[in-house]
Amino acid sequence: MTISTINALVLTGYGLNCDNETVYALELAGASAHRVHINAIIDGSAVIDDYQIMVFGGGFSWGDDHGAGVVQAVRMKHTVGEKITRFIESGNLVIGICNGFQTIVNLGLLPGFDNNYKQRSVALTYNDCGNFRDDWVTLSVNSDSPCVFTRNITIIDLPVRHGEGKFVAEDAVMKQLLENHQVVCQYALPDGTLADNKFPFNPNGAMMDIAGICDTTGRVFGLMPHPEAFNHPANHPQWSYRKELIRRGQMAPDDLPVTGIRIFENAVGYFL
Amino acid sequence: MPYRLEITLKSDLFDAEGHGICSKAASYFDIALDAVRTVHVLTIDADLSPGQLKTIQAEIFTNPVTQTSSYEPLPLDFDWCIWVGYRPGVKDNPGSTAAEAIEDVLSRKFAPGEAVYTSRRYCLNGPHLTRLQVDLIAGELLANDIIQQVMVFGRDQWDSRQGIGYIIPRVRLDHTPTVSTIPMDSDAALQKVSNERNLALNPNDVPVIRSYFQNPEVQAQRKRVGLSEPTDVELEYISQARSDHCSHNTFQGVFTYMDAATGETEIIHSLFKTCIQAPTLALADKKEWVVSVLWDNAGVGRFDADHYYTITGETHNSPSNMEAYGGAITGIVGVYRDPMGTGLGSKLIMGSYGFCVGHRDYSGDLKPRLHPRRLLDGVIEGVRDGGNKSGIPTGFGQVTFHPGYMGKCLVFVTAIGLMPEVAAGRPTETKTTAPGELIIMCGGRVGKDGIHGVTASSETFSENTPAGHVQIGDPYTQKKMHDFLLEARDEGLIAYITDNGGGGLSSSIGETAMMSDGCRVFLEKVPLKYDGLDQWEIWISESQERMTVAVKPEHIDRFMELSLRHAVESTVIGEYTDSGKLHITYNDKTCAYVDMDLLKSGFPRWEFDAVWQPPELRGLHEPVIGEPGDYAAVLLELMARPNICSKEWITRQYDHEVQGGSVIKPLVGRDRDVNSDATVIRPVLGSTRGIVFTQALLPMYSAVDAYHMTSCTIDEAVRRMVAVGGDPDHIGGVDNFCWPNIQYHPIHNPDGKFKAAQLVRSCKALADLCLAYGIPLLSGKDSMYVDGHLPGKFGETHKISALETMQFSTVGVVADIEKCVTMDVKCAGDLVYVLGDTRNELGASEYYDLFGYLGKNVPEVDPETFKSVYAAVFQAIQKELVVSAHGVYRGGLAVHLAMTAMGGNLGLDIDLGLVPASAPLRPDRLLFSESAGRLIITIAPQNRAAFESVCAKIPCACIGMVTETPVLNVRCREGGMLISLSLADLKIAWKKPFGELI
Repeated sequence: MTISTINALVLTGYGLNCDNETVYALELAGASAHRVHINAIIDGSAVIDDYQIMVFGGGFSWGDDHGAGVVQAVRMKHTVGEKITRFIESGNLVIGICNGFQTIVNLGLLPGFDNNYKQRSVALTYNDCGNFRDDWVTLSVNSDSPCVFTRNITIIDLPVRHGEGKFVAEDAVMKQLLENHQVVCQYALPDGTLADNKFPFNPNGAMMDIAGICDTTGRVFGLMPHPEAFNHPANHPQWSYRKELIRRGQMAPDDLPVTGIRIFENAVGYFL
Repeated sequence: MPYRLEITLKSDLFDAEGHGICSKAASYFDIALDAVRTVHVLTIDADLSPGQLKTIQAEIFTNPVTQTSSYEPLPLDFDWCIWVGYRPGVKDNPGSTAAEAIEDVLSRKFAPGEAVYTSRRYCLNGPHLTRLQVDLIAGELLANDIIQQVMVFGRDQWDSRQGIGYIIPRVRLDHTPTVSTIPMDSDAALQKVSNERNLALNPNDVPVIRSYFQNPEVQAQRKRVGLSEPTDVELEYISQARSDHCSHNTFQGVFTYMDAATGETEIIHSLFKTCIQAPTLALADKKEWVVSVLWDNAGVGRFDADHYYTITGETHNSPSNMEAYGGAITGIVGVYRDPMGTGLGSKLIMGSYGFCVGHRDYSGDLKPRLHPRRLLDGVIEGVRDGGNKSGIPTGFGQVTFHPGYMGKCLVFVTAIGLMPEVAAGRPTETKTTAPGELIIMCGGRVGKDGIHGVTASSETFSENTPAGHVQIGDPYTQKKMHDFLLEARDEGLIAYITDNGGGGLSSSIGETAMMSDGCRVFLEKVPLKYDGLDQWEIWISESQERMTVAVKPEHIDRFMELSLRHAVESTVIGEYTDSGKLHITYNDKTCAYVDMDLLKSGFPRWEFDAVWQPPELRGLHEPVIGEPGDYAAVLLELMARPNICSKEWITRQYDHEVQGGSVIKPLVGRDRDVNSDATVIRPVLGSTRGIVFTQALLPMYSAVDAYHMTSCTIDEAVRRMVAVGGDPDHIGGVDNFCWPNIQYHPIHNPDGKFKAAQLVRSCKALADLCLAYGIPLLSGKDSMYVDGHLPGKFGETHKISALETMQFSTVGVVADIEKCVTMDVKCAGDLVYVLGDTRNELGASEYYDLFGYLGKNVPEVDPETFKSVYAAVFQAIQKELVVSAHGVYRGGLAVHLAMTAMGGNLGLDIDLGLVPASAPLRPDRLLFSESAGRLIITIAPQNRAAFESVCAKIPCACIGMVTETPVLNVRCREGGMLISLSLADLKIAWKKPFGELI
């Protein structure tokens, strides 16, 4: 059986900038991935129903001048909002990464309580550190979460690069997220225990160390870190150290950490 | 009528921006603020209904989870309120995207003149704040009066219903575009016009210009198109093209170089031709990987069988010195257009920065326009937003502090691109314009911004430098254009492409029309930001984010269709011809008609007198300095010096992971906090081939001799590359000269002849080292007026000149990134080697500077010996014998041993007596000499024989071992302990100066 029949759409245009590596990551994971301009979806020259996976990727859509992801969400909601909702309801997958997470939160695709994909009830706001920050973080993954993207992952290191990644929500919303196991991944110390808001392990001051959440079905997932930027072992900051340990037989080659590709493999695997 | 929407974070959310202002006020000015809340203000100058206002407030501008907003002033409590908004005509990027979003949501286009303006209101709480303190915060932290306007309200002055009022910074010119003619009765008359209009014409050029326009044949031709005396458009065109920035008159000039010690004199006809072009062309013939050099916007080298890389470096000093953020963002976004305009266009894959500024804690009497601390904050943020929002990893960067940069700062920006060898069946590295091709202006619109930027950067900064050349780059608009142009290239729609930078259309069209031998431009077709620009302003405006593209008529429809898809504005503004004329009209009336070959001939070369006084003649000598007793304290102090200490706070603001190809990052080691020697990326994700890139800056050595400054800088850039696994046979170079004024003047520039001699010596070193190391110069630029006149304590002014500075960048290709090596030591028990001899070379070192000495024995480069060291390192890395490799740079051996240990969180036991040296040296000289050509390498003990056989013919010795105990121990020859410092103490010292900054 060929798995290349799983089609993935990666949005481009208007200042988005992770489209090439996201396509690469999806193809490594076995999907047939395509960069599609936001305007091509809006004018109908690209049809999202031709795809099973839709990626809202990283970048600075519309310069992020009025809240990250806000203008992209507004543009898409007014033009193709209904199509995206139907796409989700038909059993397909949506992932929002960084700016894409900010966008789908502003679209209301997340948290998607009670299958309401239009309600904005969580936000990603300015980092507590007051600045854009590039670093690697360790994520602890909630094994009780319905999220299909993180199946069989318990801990993963990924890079973060954002100025507005602090997850906030009101208490009631937070409670519901926790009850539904919609909190998918949380910033952690290198050993996997939660960061407990300790900087720089929690790089932005996110409430409950939240790095990513999913909807109640687990088919819509958003996260601040960038799985597509960990597409090769050499991306990992400890790669050269581990390479030496492996060379000396002090570490088994297959002990190298899970890369971000696993997240996309889970997405492709969901349809197989 | 205008509407004003105020937006702020809900009161229970942490205001990080406000908090940042509190900490800066405290640390910079010792002003205690209890709290600051930030209010974002949108002033909407558009005719909207109450329903529409409500819609955009809820849907776009207010996040229901985090924000509150109101069309009335928000009732935030404050003791003082500061409002900061842009001045008219300053690029307001958020204002433009706000308008775009409103148009989207309301499905309504803004009418001409309608717009959205953004501003900020800061609510300060601090009951004891004085007006003076608030003014200081407003002027020194929040606003720059060149681009922004400020209002300050005390609690009592605030009208809670009026708020800040309605301020519409709309440009209203009420001016009918007019072409003026310029009488040129005499050279003096023309020179006068040049001065009045800020044309910055060189006096030597004036007679040439006059004689052209007085030529009867030229006059007869001009008459036929309705022209007589030269127009302002024409003179501006000539002035831009002849500026030092565009013409490189200094590097093309004639130097009379005399050595004052020997009296020998030498005439050099062009530094460019003799020291840059000749060696590069000679090397290009030998190195098959050199694809295209010395003519396009960036140099081109081969990456793999199907791809080329492109590289160039620029500076943006003068604008950054006036408006740090705007200057720096314009600089980085601007340099990114160079690879986009190289060949048929490349995708940007990496950028880097180099900042040279005065000391961050400067507290002397000089009053620069911007305090170095503020200037640095601004340039950091500018490059951050410019790079991050372009989606291009910022892979490398450096900062050098020195008082000489108080007169003018340096902002180096470098860009690397990647393009396929063939696009739509055409080789990408060649291009030309041909008659009949359409001239398209792509991207941003034209306003008054940037007018006379080129001529201003060719002048020394003074109070009269026009502020109009300050602008704010817009990475968002440019990113859209970048994506669009790559698709257009791949469809074969681009015949020629170049960027609009210095000199605007005048320069981009003027230069490209040389190839077809003529052009016709319709200036009225150029899209403007606002009406009322004169024709000459449209022609030379440096408004950013624009490319000039030649498109064949049969491709224009598809090109425009694709442009629309990407929401990029593209406009046909003329066509290339073979008329031999630059012919510009405005509404059918000719406003310029100049022979294309005017610029090619007849202009006199600039002339410089250069007199070299060797260090001895200047009275330089080595200090008489005894051996220190407490080496550990010296090392800790060196680690904390501004040019050595950690600057992680800057690196972390820059996205170096985007595009997914990072291999060796700017920060490495177990705690990801120590600087790597060079950066490696995988630009083609499916391949394990890599690009290696690094840079060096060692201006301090110029205080002794710019020849050695240059050779050491080049050597360091080479060594950095070699340390990570770069191939010494594939090194492309980029030289960026930043020099103080070298034109001698008995009163205004009395040491001009010496500075000119330093430039000659620097160029000679460049040629010598490039030939010796086999480095073709893929690209290079010069910026020649790094001087400033700063007011002092009593109102007097002081001319401050920068050190003679050259940044050198190296780029290469790594065949297999799996073999790359980082600088951190990795396993206890590994052997520590030093390769290369240490010599008594502490002249201009950090160690001497610690005591206020300059000395004389500046490090010198011995390329033949060093080359064999680098060849051995390359071989050892290829054989996978090397566990860690790190060059010995500024600060010397002790500092860099500490770096490798801190990187690995492992200790070192070092026997100083084993360090290879040219002659027996005192421990302080072994530890702190900055001799070039050295590396620290660790290997696994079992590889000892193999490694030593690779290094058999080079100066090389095992000097100790990596230890589990996290302590750096250095023993002297006799066995006594010189240094024993825990890594924790070293790291604390190294991080302390800037550790609080994020």
